[in-house]
Amino acid sequence: MYVAVKGGEQAIDNAHRLMAHRRRGDSSVAEITPDQVDGQLALAVDRVMGEGSLYDRELAALAIKQARGDLIEAIFLVRAYRTTLPRFGYSEPLDTGAMAIARRISAAFKDLPGGQILGPTFDYTHRLIDFVLAAGSEPPVPAEAHSAQMPKMPRVASLLDEEGLIERPESEESSKPVGDLTRDPLTFPAERDLRLQNLARGDEGYLLALAYSTQRGYGRNHPFAGEIRFGDVEVEFMAEELGFTVPLGTVALTECEMVNQFRGTAEAPPQFTSGYGLVLGQCERKAMSMALVDRALRAREFGEDVRAPAQDEEFVLSHSDNVQATGFVEHLKLPHYVDFQSELGLIRQLRREHFERAAQGDAEQRREAAE
Amino acid sequence: MGAFARATLPELRLGLDQLDAATSCEMLRRPETGLVMLRGRIGGVGAPFNVGEATVTRAVMRLATGETGFSYVLGRDKEKARLAALADALWQQDTMRAAVEQRLVRPVKARLAAEEQRRAAQAAATKVEFFAMARGED
Repeated sequence: MYVAVKGGEQAIDNAHRLMAHRRRGDSSVAEITPDQVDGQLALAVDRVMGEGSLYDRELAALAIKQARGDLIEAIFLVRAYRTTLPRFGYSEPLDTGAMAIARRISAAFKDLPGGQILGPTFDYTHRLIDFVLAAGSEPPVPAEAHSAQMPKMPRVASLLDEEGLIERPESEESSKPVGDLTRDPLTFPAERDLRLQNLARGDEGYLLALAYSTQRGYGRNHPFAGEIRFGDVEVEFMAEELGFTVPLGTVALTECEMVNQFRGTAEAPPQFTSGYGLVLGQCERKAMSMALVDRALRAREFGEDVRAPAQDEEFVLSHSDNVQATGFVEHLKLPHYVDFQSELGLIRQLRREHFERAAQGDAEQRREAAE
Repeated sequence: MGAFARATLPELRLGLDQLDAATSCEMLRRPETGLVMLRGRIGGVGAPFNVGEATVTRAVMRLATGETGFSYVLGRDKEKARLAALADALWQQDTMRAAVEQRLVRPVKARLAAEEQRRAAQAAATKVEFFAMARGED
């Protein structure tokens, strides 16, 4: 147990001054600006926005600078900042179908309407270190297609749905309120809306590992990347004082819909099932992992045995938040002196008793041998 | 309001300067930054769920002539929110609307359209045709 301590102010001040000095690095090298972080370490900014659960590029970039590139520390800073702001309300549901597509691929259909748009991706690179970047050089100008008219990009799931081949979420507005983890603590069993909110702000590495575990056989669900899309989506907000919805601007989102193993019953014909991922910014690995874990967590809904960690919603959802996780793990380094003193007292007493018993045993043995 | 929300701070400043409106106005609500929870839909089409929040700044300005302008813009830029509310108020003045459209709305929309066009052209240039290699006979 952690017990409050006093003192050490001077040492703490000096430690923070030293940290600020180390953060600056070699003073003969130009200081990095949040603009540079935003523009040139854009995917780190995306990750901090997603797991910080706050869309604000400039803030995330500054947090990364402040945290010396420690992304979980930066996420912590962003989460702390958001608690200082009032909540204006909830946006209208974002229409990812109307996304301004920067990237859109399907691993299920080769020739899908609208086509496969690779966009800015690491896919198909050779993963060789590019030493030219170290020297600094202007990249080539991006190629532009002549007919810039973006074709319609229907959802892959909606194409499958035309033949009734995939289960689809009910689209009618239900009167049920939408769960919000930032307002009410998580309880179990959790509905899918709460599970998705939890996963959307969950740690990328954790979700990746869980998703991987399902592929390796711990709750296998036979996935295809039905569709992955990334691009800008308009945000609309219902302003109470105006009485109508107003556009606020656009946010970048990554969406992934997995097409998973089918199921059918005596009454219902076989249909593919699906898992869904939606993440702030460009974060494809996370969106894919989220979709795989979302599908694994639907085991109960589909009457599947819950045997693997990724299917256990209490396990998955209780450990996904890296700010909570780091708080509990790292609190171990705070002073536990009083607690430890009592442990020390206990273990010394136990050892004393042990040796006393041993000594007594020896004496008895010797006496028996002598007799 | 959409164009004002998407305008950059320099665009708002330049446009409002050019309007040269001798604007006496008062701030009904000082620019205030808060959060809007962004909602997605399950599977993109189903029931709503909360994805994460965004910072939003809002302001309300009233002209001496009585028109009230509102703004809600993504981000934390208070000056931008103030000017966007002012632009919204001016747009409501019958005598100013055409000028606001010409000096502010049109340039912003033109920039957004050009950016959109360029992004779409760049994305379209990365469109691939995959040829599946058949396995087995033939």
